[in-house]
Amino acid sequence: METKLKTTTKVNVDHEEHHEEHHELGFIRKYIFSEDHKIIAKQFLITGIFWAVVGGLFSSLFRIQLGFPDLDLSALSPIIGNWLTPQGKIDAEVYLALITMHGTIMVFFVLTAGLSGTFSNFLIPLQVGARDMASGFLNMLSYWFFFLSSIVMFISIFVEGGPASGGWTIYPPLSALPQAVSGSGLGMTFWLISMAFFIVSALLGALNYITTVINLRTEGMTFFRMPLTIWAFFVTAILGVLSFPVLLSAALLLIMDRSFGTSFYLSDIYIAGEALANEGGSAILFQHLFWFLGHPEVYIVILPALGIASEVIATCSRKPIFGYKFMVYSILAIGGLSFVVWAHHMFISGMNPFLGSVFTVLTLIIAVPSAIKAFNYIATLWRGNIIFTPAMLFSIGLVSTFISGGVTGIFLGNSALDINLHDTYFVVAHFHIVMGVSAFFGLFAGVYHWFPKMFGRMMNNGLGYIHFWLTFIGSYLVFFPLHYIGMAGFPRRYYSFSTFQAGNIESFVDLNVFVSYAALITFAAQFILLFNFFYSMFRGKKASENPWRSNTLEWTTPVNPGHGNWVGPIPKVERWAYDYSKTGSKEDFIPQNIPYSKTPESNLPDDDQH
Amino acid sequence: MKSNVKILRMNPNIFITWIFIISISMIFVSLISAYIVKKGEPGGLIINLPNMFIYSTIVVVLSSLFKQIAYFSAKKDDLNKLNYFLFASILSGVSFLILQYFSWGELVNSGVFFVGHPDGSFIYVITGVHAFHLISGLIFIAIVLFKSSKLEVHSKNLNLIEMSTTYWHFLTGLWLYLYVTLYLYN
Ligand code: HEM
Ligand SMILES: [Cu+2]
Repeated sequence: METKLKTTTKVNVDHEEHHEEHHELGFIRKYIFSEDHKIIAKQFLITGIFWAVVGGLFSSLFRIQLGFPDLDLSALSPIIGNWLTPQGKIDAEVYLALITMHGTIMVFFVLTAGLSGTFSNFLIPLQVGARDMASGFLNMLSYWFFFLSSIVMFISIFVEGGPASGGWTIYPPLSALPQAVSGSGLGMTFWLISMAFFIVSALLGALNYITTVINLRTEGMTFFRMPLTIWAFFVTAILGVLSFPVLLSAALLLIMDRSFGTSFYLSDIYIAGEALANEGGSAILFQHLFWFLGHPEVYIVILPALGIASEVIATCSRKPIFGYKFMVYSILAIGGLSFVVWAHHMFISGMNPFLGSVFTVLTLIIAVPSAIKAFNYIATLWRGNIIFTPAMLFSIGLVSTFISGGVTGIFLGNSALDINLHDTYFVVAHFHIVMGVSAFFGLFAGVYHWFPKMFGRMMNNGLGYIHFWLTFIGSYLVFFPLHYIGMAGFPRRYYSFSTFQAGNIESFVDLNVFVSYAALITFAAQFILLFNFFYSMFRGKKASENPWRSNTLEWTTPVNPGHGNWVGPIPKVERWAYDYSKTGSKEDFIPQNIPYSKTPESNLPDDDQH
Repeated sequence: MKSNVKILRMNPNIFITWIFIISISMIFVSLISAYIVKKGEPGGLIINLPNMFIYSTIVVVLSSLFKQIAYFSAKKDDLNKLNYFLFASILSGVSFLILQYFSWGELVNSGVFFVGHPDGSFIYVITGVHAFHLISGLIFIAIVLFKSSKLEVHSKNLNLIEMSTTYWHFLTGLWLYLYVTLYLYN
């Protein structure tokens, strides 16, 4: 026994040494089934871009319906023929399917997978100083589950009866009963399958992000020396691990109701005068389960964007981020609080008013850490040496939209006001500005800022500026008027308003037309970015190692970092990430790997606090 | 000035296992919370939990015990005992599943059906989802057994068996939690 054992004993090969030996991988292992976090990040980014275009196209279609309900779209019938009525208008049920798919695609596929998937993957190992993720294999699986989920969701657009059409929140009983709307048939089944894969993908990703941040930081990278990007990705991943499984439960019970005849969400339902057999269930249960994920999910979307903005704003203001520790505590507070406010989406679900006021208070408290973050961004910008790169513009834009959208959250958070505003365009305006636009701006800022590290080339600045101004002004023109439309009482998810005969509805028709124009132009402006992105990938100016003169570790890698990220040993971290414009220092930045012993001219007595 | 600061590190594999366990717990926490709220509503079912649950509980605790002995054996490089007890934990795990199946039969006989009032459906779903995870745990142990039959599990290579033991104990603990809660809120 003993001798046998010795011959087969495998010594655990240390992770570090393992990477030193260089082996060339074939094309498939290198670019397709890759375990390299940088390649996986790009896969997430490209897939996310694809979905963003699809989601944007869908919104253009339904904006056309809302702005120009009488327009004859027959010219488009070669492409979307079976979505049109004989008069060339978008079919009413197709309209519902379009908004559902738009929401699902944007929230989950673009702003969760596309944003977190890209930047958590790309930046976590590079910024904490690791050769790769804790488990390259699980990381690869995470992308391929996302890919599978994308395929299923994409196919669902073309199945019999059309894709899911109960809204991105898929409330039962609408989504539970195929008789309710044609999208609740096969399309809904595909939606649920796709989302199950998506959840697996999100969990595998989050598992890796958390483990990598905790266990693979390089020497000297204490928690309070981590860049705020890493803090944001880290807390985002924790939110994902805790909330996505709950969506899985919600989906599981829905699947049971749909396919096996149980009554978890169903009770007392009459269809065409006939009672269904289902007894004892509760549709409200679904809302609780859904929003227990749903609210953390909106922070899963925005936190990475805020993290990216922190990094870009500090770098391009040439100033330390204001109140670093407060930023960290705010991220943690937002993360914690995001689990106890979900019922603010359900104020009018028949909730006990006392419970409503509890959730009102909790909801208003979450505005405090959010406001702290906003103030800190502004304080960082204040009297900085601002360099207006496109990434910087988008980060500043994010701060602006995050504030304008957050303010309306405070209105909605008051249960008494929400009774009027719930399910109107006011809510649509709120969450598009605070989540949709802000998170997209974070995504854009990230792409412009880290493009040189991703592809070794620079993006075109001029195109970046045009893209920014069109997008920034356009987004406000699209979403600001929606507040007024909402306050006037227009409900969301309605196919047509022209048959409404309430109050002075006509005076809002113009506004709807205006919004539709703005939306189409803003969507068109995104093709400037697309062109810039793909053109610069091949033809852009060659980047230097550290084009933004930034402090974080990723800029100490070669222009095109290979597998393992650093040639030679991983740099040690000697200081925090924000030593910009330090008094006494010749340069206006001191990268994290420069020891204090080399910068006696700028050291401060309390430097070891960082 | 401190420049070389020690970084907290754990074995990444074990760490991943723990996070995995936390996310699975969230599935059950949400289902159980839904169940508790549902039971709090008037007009629910009165359910006699199957007696079979008592036996399955005993079996699954035994299984955990076997698994722990297997782990200790691996630590002491007693590879015969290791294989023997890995096998025993698989066997008792499978018996648990069979007993759970019988308890479903008992439920049906007492008039509680999967399709019917949600109070009953919840019991099937909760035990079913637990059984599903238990199957994944069994597959995991089978992999460990396969590796150990090739002499790849021993005191210098404990990662895999440590992960599967942690997971297996979690599933046992989870069952105890589920059983107690189902019992208390009945
Ligand atoms: C200042 C903090 C915020 C407060 C007080 C707040 C409050 C609310 C309330 C009460 C609602 C429900 C409105 C209704 O349906 O009647 C709501 C909806 C929503 N909020 Fe916020 N919010 C805040 C920040 C955010 C942030 C930062 C995001 C995302 C990044 C976000 C995303 C959303 C989304 C997506 C919805 C609508 C979901 C839907 O019904 O489809 N909110 N918000
Ligand atoms: Cu919310």
